[in-house]
Amino acid sequence: MSEQRIPLLEVRNLKKHFISGSKLTGRKVLAAVDGIDFVIYKGETFGLVGESGCGKTTAGRTICRLYNPTAGEIIFDGEDVAKLDERKLKSFRKRVQMIFQDPYASLNTRMTVTDIISEGLEANRMLSGEKEKTRIYELLDLVGLKREHASRYPHEFSGGQRQRIGIARTLAVEPELIICDEPISALDVSIQAQIVNMLEDLQTEFGLTYLFIAHDLSMVRHISDRIGVMYLGKMMEVADSDELYIHPYHPYTQSLLSSIPVPDPRENAKNKRIVLEGEIMSPINPKPGCRFAPRCRYAKDVCRSETPVLREISKDHTIACHLAEEINSGI
Amino acid sequence: MSILLEVINLHTSFFTHQGEVKAVRGLSFVLEHGEILGIVGESGSGKSVSSMSLIGLVDEPGKIIQGSVLFDGKELVGLPKKELENIRGKEISMIFQDPMTSLNPVFRIGSQIVEVIMRHTQITRVDAEKKAVDLLELVGIPEAKDRIKSYPHQFSGGMRQRAMIAMAISCDPKLLIADEPTTALDVTIQAQILELMRDLNKKLNTSVILITHDLGVVAETCDKVIVMYGGMVMENASVLELFDNPQHPYTRGLMKSVPKDVSGTRTRLEPIAGTPPDLLKPPPGCPFSPRCPHTMEICIQEAAPMFKITDTQSASCWLHHKKAPSVLNYIKTTEEVDS
Repeated sequence: MSEQRIPLLEVRNLKKHFISGSKLTGRKVLAAVDGIDFVIYKGETFGLVGESGCGKTTAGRTICRLYNPTAGEIIFDGEDVAKLDERKLKSFRKRVQMIFQDPYASLNTRMTVTDIISEGLEANRMLSGEKEKTRIYELLDLVGLKREHASRYPHEFSGGQRQRIGIARTLAVEPELIICDEPISALDVSIQAQIVNMLEDLQTEFGLTYLFIAHDLSMVRHISDRIGVMYLGKMMEVADSDELYIHPYHPYTQSLLSSIPVPDPRENAKNKRIVLEGEIMSPINPKPGCRFAPRCRYAKDVCRSETPVLREISKDHTIACHLAEEINSGI
Repeated sequence: MSILLEVINLHTSFFTHQGEVKAVRGLSFVLEHGEILGIVGESGSGKSVSSMSLIGLVDEPGKIIQGSVLFDGKELVGLPKKELENIRGKEISMIFQDPMTSLNPVFRIGSQIVEVIMRHTQITRVDAEKKAVDLLELVGIPEAKDRIKSYPHQFSGGMRQRAMIAMAISCDPKLLIADEPTTALDVTIQAQILELMRDLNKKLNTSVILITHDLGVVAETCDKVIVMYGGMVMENASVLELFDNPQHPYTRGLMKSVPKDVSGTRTRLEPIAGTPPDLLKPPPGCPFSPRCPHTMEICIQEAAPMFKITDTQSASCWLHHKKAPSVLNYIKTTEEVDS
């Protein structure tokens, strides 16, 4: 990262709660995202990791206002997105785009590749006619597809190729921030690397900023400059990606990282695994205190009564844990 | 150790309206008692169909065309359905990727396990129920006595997979086939399940065939590995040999596609170019030849036989033929050029 970091997106105390149940059965509050803070700087890749149900996808969707936030601020380029009205949202959405996980579900099967890619261009009245056609060819080139693909339908493509179409659609409106929601987890290993390399190339070429949401921790480390670790709607730890993998301070991050199977049998024999007891709790009507406390092997009374706040433990490394110093004093 | 399972030249095809899909083309391997074998491959490589073929679970329009599956000296291919049913669940059992689709949602967990036990052994319901509780405890489900009364939807994903494993080992099978058992689970839960499987393998000496796409899972769990691509075996090796010295360009390609970053460095990933073959029209020669960086004339014309490299490692690649440029030198020099 360069010395002068300009924040592009700043998320402050963002909350997204879903209400379920009826008056009869009792209202239940599902706190999918429950007060998270982080900053994404211009031109960087911010990785958001966590297990299923931790709220990482909801966070991504709330940031681009696919969901309306329950509380909190989303400052994009100096403006609070959480307060934008429909009209202003349109121009915001041109600047923030999304790539989805499932390349089979995220493309309309009745539209040709041209229709899919040009939809954003037309909605924003950016181009039309010949110019639009040229632009589509340009975009297809960019994502490694051929011109003759322009008139075909999604079912004629493999998973990796469909993800390329999705990326071309995203790039069409020249966004600044792209929210990549598990863009490679539905793809085969040999294809994943193709897409990751392409995302990296596009970032260099157009100075894009990525919010990269994923659960594949080795790929996240590879692509991200900084990483945030979420657990049950809360941010547990944020740090530079190497720093996070070398010095994970949060007990959850520690066990999460030690759970990654390493493709090296000799390394595995040496590796001391911290196998977590139990499973992720339900995010419905959460109790006070640290969300991770019921599974944490260090948990004390304070962890069960007080919710830890995110605080800086070393430069650019923040963590939400009461006992961070105590746990890590030996390291 | 003695041989438990021997598969010889197994071919399975699906006869669809679009034509014959050759899902498995010539699978051969040997599995010994107490061994864990990994079958690695991407989607469409034939790894799941292979395992289904072993226990006769390939249904219309699929069919085993040729080959032999010797389990404990007994030929399984062509065995009457009744006899196969007696073997399945008792001597060979299977765990699938998605436990929700393999558990019946309207029956209690306990009664589903009891059903399996009573189908294959001569014990009373009371004893079978006791055994079900013991099994659930063995796979690490707390308060098993109460939990056997739960329905599958009351279990989380990890617990369901544990319950599936409990059911699978209920009749002390000699062989356990696990088809992507942890793919649907989170990493921390995956670590728990893999540890459980290793544990059971040691405790009960059950042989395991683990089907996965994750090289990390293989490295961690298996004794030996088969790498499949386009329905064919590309490489067959012990786990150390495979990771120390992969002998097939596809295996090497797979390994370079996953990030191995150490601090401070970012090595660019080296993906395998192109896309997996269409099994309706597989390439006539080596299925990997259209994507291989070392393709020769012969690769396009004819699939390579298995070349023996060591006693435990062999690879289906023409680079190991004596008429090919010396493999190690060849791969080394081309890699130097790449970097």
